[in-house]
Amino acid sequence: MIVDILFYITALVAIISGLLVITGKSPVTSALSLVLNFFCIAFIYLMLEAQFLAIIQVIVYAGAIMVLFLFVIMLLNLQDDMTLFERFDLKKGFAVLLTGLFLLEIAYIFSLDSVSIAPKGVTGASFPELGTVESIGKYLFSDFVYPFEMISVVLLSAVVGAVVIAKKKVD
Amino acid sequence: MKLELFGHLVLTVCIFGSLFLFVAYAVYFERKVAAKMQNRVGPDRVGWYGLLQPFADILKLLLKEEIIATQATKLIHTLAPGISVIMAFITFAMIPIAEGFYIADINIGMLYMMAVTSIGVYGVTLAGWSSNSKYSLLGSMRASAQMISYELSMGLAVVGIILITQSMSVVSIVDSQTDNPFLWNIIKQPLGFLIFWIATFAEANRLPFDLPESEQELVGGFHTEYSSMRFALFFFAEYTHLIVASSILTTLYLGGYQIPYSSVWLAGANEWLVAGLQILMFILKMCLFVFLFMWVRWTLPRFKYNHLMELGWKYLLPLGLINVVVTAGWLLIYDKLF
Repeated sequence: MIVDILFYITALVAIISGLLVITGKSPVTSALSLVLNFFCIAFIYLMLEAQFLAIIQVIVYAGAIMVLFLFVIMLLNLQDDMTLFERFDLKKGFAVLLTGLFLLEIAYIFSLDSVSIAPKGVTGASFPELGTVESIGKYLFSDFVYPFEMISVVLLSAVVGAVVIAKKKVD
Repeated sequence: MKLELFGHLVLTVCIFGSLFLFVAYAVYFERKVAAKMQNRVGPDRVGWYGLLQPFADILKLLLKEEIIATQATKLIHTLAPGISVIMAFITFAMIPIAEGFYIADINIGMLYMMAVTSIGVYGVTLAGWSSNSKYSLLGSMRASAQMISYELSMGLAVVGIILITQSMSVVSIVDSQTDNPFLWNIIKQPLGFLIFWIATFAEANRLPFDLPESEQELVGGFHTEYSSMRFALFFFAEYTHLIVASSILTTLYLGGYQIPYSSVWLAGANEWLVAGLQILMFILKMCLFVFLFMWVRWTLPRFKYNHLMELGWKYLLPLGLINVVVTAGWLLIYDKLF
């Protein structure tokens, strides 16, 4: 019961902060709303007994990426709000079309009776050991070692790319 | 069950209350240490040997007029000091001060510590940005860049300890170090200790890494535009960081509350006596680190900003990686051989 109420409050805050991200006038407000949104999602992970995922969400997204975002926003010192709003063009129209299609798909899936978000009676508490560091580590380095290594190669190439771009500007 | 909850509540209030006192007296201690090193007397007017000085300071700051710059973003400007203080305080929830005396023991305790430290940057960053002043902005940008850089090395140093302990729970990290001083992590992980210790200077904004607020170039850095109680909160957060950083160092590397060879000479003693001695031991070790922080502050000059970044990225980070690889390799070989 308490868990349900907590979930609805968190979900509401998450949705409101998500809306604030795209409607906020100043970039810093948007960034801060996104931080709040990440915290809400971390909290939902926690309620699903996925402690590791929750804490990583906070460390990586709220703690590292968003601080860098804020850093860049401050560095650029975006004061003119208007520079952020571009005119409507073909690219934007295509994006709206895609989003609309996706929304329809979701609506269709939820309209089916057979589909529910999780099987009845199954919650995060049914598999308490699944969210721990030990079990995630075990899966990551045995069953999913190939995708895991692939992702690290992709990340490495991104780092190398960043270094190359930064170097060109210095020379 | 109810009594248990009540006891827990009392323990929480006691721990945070005494943390508050320690922070207040850390300021006094800092001023006395600085005075001794510069051949001065230091505060000695208020109370016996100036021991009531912290309370006089707090009272003075409370009574000052609060000024908020007209161009400041009010809401964030008001929230920022609070974020700083709260994030500094709640790290302490993970730290056991005696056997069984801790606020919480979760299986991802170490990650929780890292998360809270990384969130703490927001207090400083937002304070600088919302003040809408050049000095403040420069200070907060320095703070965010510096903390992100040193967090990495800090995390890598912690990985070494997690590998040895095979657990992320802070309580089991302390338990695994036992009462034999030669089994403490400072002996097993000397390089990791050095990296972690240097990184805490940057995380706690202490000299020689206090660039976010360097008085001589940035007036006061991120808190230039703060006055009265809000300034006091930043001041308070800084010293809380000092105490918490010393406590974490004690817990991770100096065996926490463990008394050397207590299983030999304290065997069968009253458990309340043992707990009391352990708390004293913890405070003693923590004060040792607090003194070391102050000693360094009044001895070394401030780093240049590019040197700070070079030290973080070119020396500490590779050393941290080496530490992880060597520790993991040693554990693997040890496992195969014995």
